[in-house]
Amino acid sequence: MFELIGVPPQALFGQLLLGLINGAFYALLSLGLAVIFGLMNVINFTHGAQYMMGAFCAWMLLSYLGIPYWGALILAPIIVGLFGVLIERLFISRLYHLDHLYGLLLTFGLALIVEGLFRREYGISGLPYSNPIPGGTNLGFMFLPWYRGWVVLFSLTVCLATWFVIEKTQLGAYLRAATERPDLVQAFGINVPRMITLTYGFGVGLAALAGVLAAPIYSVNPVMGANLIIVVFAVVVIGGMGSIMGSIITGFGLGVIEGLTKVFYPEASNTVIFIIMAVVLMLRPQGLFGTPK
Amino acid sequence: MERARNWDMRVFAGLVVLGVFAPLLVYPVFLMKVLCFALFASAFNLLIGYVGLLSFGHAMFFGFAAYVAGHLAKVGTVSLPYWLPLLGWKWLVVAIPPLTPELAILGGTLVAALLGLIVGAIAIRRQGIYFAMVTLALAQMVFFLCVQAKFTGGEDGIQAIPRRPLLGVVDVGGDLTFYYVVLAIFCVGFLIIYRTIHSPFGQVLKAIRENEARAVSLGYAVSRFKLIAFVISAALAGLAGATKAMVFQLASLTDVTWQMSGEVVLMTLVGGMGTVFGPAVGAAIIIYMQNYLAGFGEWVLVIQGAIFVVAVLVFRRGIVGELVALLRQRAAKAGEPQETIGLAKSAG
Repeated sequence: MFELIGVPPQALFGQLLLGLINGAFYALLSLGLAVIFGLMNVINFTHGAQYMMGAFCAWMLLSYLGIPYWGALILAPIIVGLFGVLIERLFISRLYHLDHLYGLLLTFGLALIVEGLFRREYGISGLPYSNPIPGGTNLGFMFLPWYRGWVVLFSLTVCLATWFVIEKTQLGAYLRAATERPDLVQAFGINVPRMITLTYGFGVGLAALAGVLAAPIYSVNPVMGANLIIVVFAVVVIGGMGSIMGSIITGFGLGVIEGLTKVFYPEASNTVIFIIMAVVLMLRPQGLFGTPK
Repeated sequence: MERARNWDMRVFAGLVVLGVFAPLLVYPVFLMKVLCFALFASAFNLLIGYVGLLSFGHAMFFGFAAYVAGHLAKVGTVSLPYWLPLLGWKWLVVAIPPLTPELAILGGTLVAALLGLIVGAIAIRRQGIYFAMVTLALAQMVFFLCVQAKFTGGEDGIQAIPRRPLLGVVDVGGDLTFYYVVLAIFCVGFLIIYRTIHSPFGQVLKAIRENEARAVSLGYAVSRFKLIAFVISAALAGLAGATKAMVFQLASLTDVTWQMSGEVVLMTLVGGMGTVFGPAVGAAIIIYMQNYLAGFGEWVLVIQGAIFVVAVLVFRRGIVGELVALLRQRAAKAGEPQETIGLAKSAG
């Protein structure tokens, strides 16, 4: 067995894979945040709670209705996305004329409500969700569990599909136009408020999808989203919310860096992303892919 | 303006008198907790209410100062890590005996100010929503540092912090005597904030809040003003946290969490952002509510979230803000000339 800089390859590639998985969640979540922010100028603090709801939704579908993972993968994002649509219509839509900070405070309050309700009902110890594709293969330098490989490939596909829709299709063109000048797009006869609602639902759906993907890897837990969302905020600051591809690259990249830190300097694994954020802010305040305002 | 300030001072004097006699009716530990959080919220309000900066990470100053004060009062000796080329990490050990409460609190405040200088220098490079996210992320980093650092005692925190005689002479072991110390600390902190808001410096801060580009074009070094305001706010939040550590003789992870940062936002929002007394009122209400609902477990979280939602949707000016608006309306009806009552308009 060969060793790389004193680290056994099993550990190195194992952490690298886990880093890619976390990176996939960062990418899916920051993508949703960026799309929502672009159109609504609201930072969706509920995003972490909606990720958690995705995982819980999958768990409930399995436990109460016997719907397996593959059904939940489609159903959970739709259910949680509809919940998002409801939230947008009932609450967030009332704040568009106000300072953006109120949107942040409102969604923070909503996140507390959702988290509190789930904690009351299910405690904070976490619920198990069985792995839908057990087993794996030995690649020689590492053991690759099938499910983890699937998560990385599937999230990458979803991210790239989202990029394609937004950057290359007619629908995406409307969306980008509405981000720039909603009033003008409205004047062309496009129902912008409905577009905003659906976009919010879509962003929330992405968060829920990440939650379903996470359920078999991490246990299903009411507090799983709260800590993640703060890291995702840092990811968003590092990448800047201007570019879809930027969000994807930053998300995966930071996941990998975090994984490598776990191998080479585990003491800093919790803080490395925040340190990178501080450095980026000093050197390039608008973020790696952001445009200066 | 002059008349308005007289009013503020009269209200303040009334509250101080109330504070002096309050322990006759209310449990002093509860009052001290309210005072600590009132100061914390007022310090936070200096940023959101008068500079328009929403810091979502103020718990880092509050909680870290609590740890520093607790450590200074219990252990004293400070060990600082530093790095030298070739030699690697070393410890710089400064032998200090365990300190009296006032010095421990002062130490916590100074460290919070220093932390505020570092965090502020990074965070003010972005505005608005990004500023909130950056402060939140940096606070989370401080949280993890507190989890990992040795001196904080990890999950246990620093327990049984001794409350030595004040200045080495006055015995403050009893809660009632210490209450008056806390009341004095609160008054000093509050007056510093009040003075800051109503100074020429404070006027510039308001100008930045209203229109940053205009303040820049008028020749103000906006970043420097923001940074100074940030440091003052961080130091006073640290003063509040350090005092709280001496009150409960405990410094723990709870005070550094993002939930604590959220709570101070909630207190200020409920009381009234950008009002002089709002944050203190909000702190009293939220602390009372938490005490009252302590037996309901997770419902506290749900209720706090609900208050957030209601406050943002229908009650944005907060209790004091709405009250002031009401008084102003009456004054206008009575035909008096309209003027601002020394309270800035709700932050926007």
